[in-house]
Amino acid sequence: MGTRITSLANNFDTTGKLKAAGINNASLSGITALPSGANAGKKTLLSTQTASASASLSFTSGLDSTYDAYCFKYVNVHPSVSTDEQWQFQVSTDGGSSYGVAVVSTAFRGYHFENDAGAALENRSPDNQEGRSNETTYQTLGYQGGAVADENCSGEIWLYNPSSTTYVKHFISKNCIVGYDSGNGGFLQNYYVAGYFNTTSAINAVDFKFASGNIDAGTIKLYGVSTS
Amino acid sequence: MGSIIRTAANNVGASGVFSSSAFNNASLNSVTSLPTAVDGKMKLILSQTASSDASLSFTSGIDSTYKTYCFKFINIHPANNDTNLNYNGSTDGGSNYNVTKTTTFFEARHKEDNTSNSLAYNTGADLAQSTGYQRIINGLGNAGDATGSGELWLFNPSSTTYVKHFMSRLNSMNYQSPPFTQDIFVAGYFNTTSAINAINFQMSSGNIDAGTIALYGIA
Repeated sequence: MGTRITSLANNFDTTGKLKAAGINNASLSGITALPSGANAGKKTLLSTQTASASASLSFTSGLDSTYDAYCFKYVNVHPSVSTDEQWQFQVSTDGGSSYGVAVVSTAFRGYHFENDAGAALENRSPDNQEGRSNETTYQTLGYQGGAVADENCSGEIWLYNPSSTTYVKHFISKNCIVGYDSGNGGFLQNYYVAGYFNTTSAINAVDFKFASGNIDAGTIKLYGVSTS
Repeated sequence: MGSIIRTAANNVGASGVFSSSAFNNASLNSVTSLPTAVDGKMKLILSQTASSDASLSFTSGIDSTYKTYCFKFINIHPANNDTNLNYNGSTDGGSNYNVTKTTTFFEARHKEDNTSNSLAYNTGADLAQSTGYQRIINGLGNAGDATGSGELWLFNPSSTTYVKHFMSRLNSMNYQSPPFTQDIFVAGYFNTTSAINAINFQMSSGNIDAGTIALYGIA
């Protein structure tokens, strides 16, 4: 023990303070929780799901009153089908048993073909495009090409105060999506989709899928952001 | 004390290094500050919740500490129907909110019954070298479930060299019946080389009945 005491003493400086070298866990990997003040305002990662030929990816926990705003970030989402397919999401008020809440939404996009055949800013809000007017169908975020292996979409959705039982639930999203046109090939679409789920019931689950086929690959992360 | 020393020694390795079992506070719940590297990139500075307030002002925390600031709006609900959520900046700590601005304003709209939709620039909502308030929600309804939510980014407000850029995006339910959903994009700059050090939000008429505005600094 005397040896250890001597070694221990060597890990203190002349003012009696413990040196960093005196702790064998410099990474603090044993820490399981941080003070609440350290988390204030941070974008806290709640869960991550990675697709592997998945029919859908559902988030059925973590969406509650803990945070005032939630953010989904999806990265390199690739469909299994080879044609353009709609990348979509819907929400649930019953924990994921059903996804079909009335949604009112707008959509517009800027697009540009790789072969420079065309480029424009385009309103896509009509119901027969990506907008919704109290429909309970899945909300389309854009048309994702799957014909080429490197085609994918990435983007984010902010969902505000989903646990409210007073107000409708607003969301805003932005997406970079690679579409495919049989005549002109690939084209970039920068989609902006926003709106509200027209319910005063709490939203407690969110589901992502393609309109047909599987999610071949891709990752979706769910974050919470607190205002207190 | 000898017993304590012996117990403590058992928590020390042969090289005199404390083992993790030597620490009894795995939750670190008494720590009041963290190293910069751990402190994250988004720091809550101030959150204010309206309760029939004429305005919400942020008169501290906007300085050179952060290069970028973000306001998040959660369910802003007005007392009056068909009102705008407006904002302005101050260079004197909030004594006056009247900084010259040049801005753009466009919005996507879609009515709940699908009878109309649009994507258009709104020349009635932008500003050209005006010291007036800039609207960031247009024609907000006061129905029981109607609100607006979104965010406003302000870049380097403490600069004394450059103008101060900002951009916002909020989604809201407008006042008409049936209502529109509105996805509103506003951007511009405070055309001043003085530091912006306070921001004020108010409705174009009546109070902010309810809602939260939170200010974050981005390291």
